[in-house]
Amino acid sequence: MSGLDATDLAILRILSDDATRSAAEIGRAVGLGQPAAWRRIKRLTDSGILAGRRVIVDNAALGFGVTVFLGIRLAAKGRTSLEDFERAVTAIPEVQTVQHVLGQFDYRLRITARDISDFERILRRRIMTLPGVGQVEANVMLSEERRPGPLGAS
Amino acid sequence: MPDRTDHRILRHLMADPQAPNAVLAQRAGVAPASLWRRLEKLRETGVIAAIQNRIDWRKLGYEVQVSLRFTLDKTSPRAFDEFMAAAREVPEVTEIQTFLGSVDLRLSVIARDMAHWQQIYRDRILTLPHVSDSDALMLVSTIKDSGELAL
Repeated sequence: MSGLDATDLAILRILSDDATRSAAEIGRAVGLGQPAAWRRIKRLTDSGILAGRRVIVDNAALGFGVTVFLGIRLAAKGRTSLEDFERAVTAIPEVQTVQHVLGQFDYRLRITARDISDFERILRRRIMTLPGVGQVEANVMLSEERRPGPLGAS
Repeated sequence: MPDRTDHRILRHLMADPQAPNAVLAQRAGVAPASLWRRLEKLRETGVIAAIQNRIDWRKLGYEVQVSLRFTLDKTSPRAFDEFMAAAREVPEVTEIQTFLGSVDLRLSVIARDMAHWQQIYRDRILTLPHVSDSDALMLVSTIKDSGELAL
């Protein structure tokens, strides 16, 4: 796996849970001194495996009580229509995630809204008016759990 | 309750989580000491639940990412709990969400290549309990992934 050992994976496991841990703390957790831990973190960052930070907030506490996943099928396909759709959809502030997928839908979207009526407004005014949009399926998220992924035993 | 200044700080933090606190303070228009205090409070109260490092799975050799959507057989009252407990045992599962709608549950699953995906699908996914229907969306590309809120 790109020359990574068990210690590298342990470091990835720690940082993918809490990016604010210092090199000294991480070193202690994996049995390395601060300089050695720092060098490994730098190598993982330089190689792009550690790909920036993500801030996870309590959406409800900030007034965003509703997260909806949308599956969208385009009515017409072709390179221009994909580009037009992608340009328009990424500009909508409430759309957090846009993924081009293969399967029953062409795109999957993650949308955050203040409440259901706010979501309805976004859906009607912004999503249904997107260029080329065809069938739309919405599922309201009830809970979410992020897993560490295949980084060895925890 | 977070006030408008907190919202402004969070907006800048989410837009650029890499920025050092001094830069963040300047962008949000607050003194560094005040920023530090406010960030501490936002973390203590759980408004900021976590700041995590993203992992680029492709760089680790995981080329395939699949969004799997499930409908469960809800005649068993423990269907959700048992399905989720079993899904947590699969190391390649990176996200689990539950829904209200035609889909009950979604898993994000990564694999090294199509052969590896086929193996995970046969050995670990098809054996998950209480599934009445499922479909897969194979990721082609991620166009946007911001986590930002329209604060």
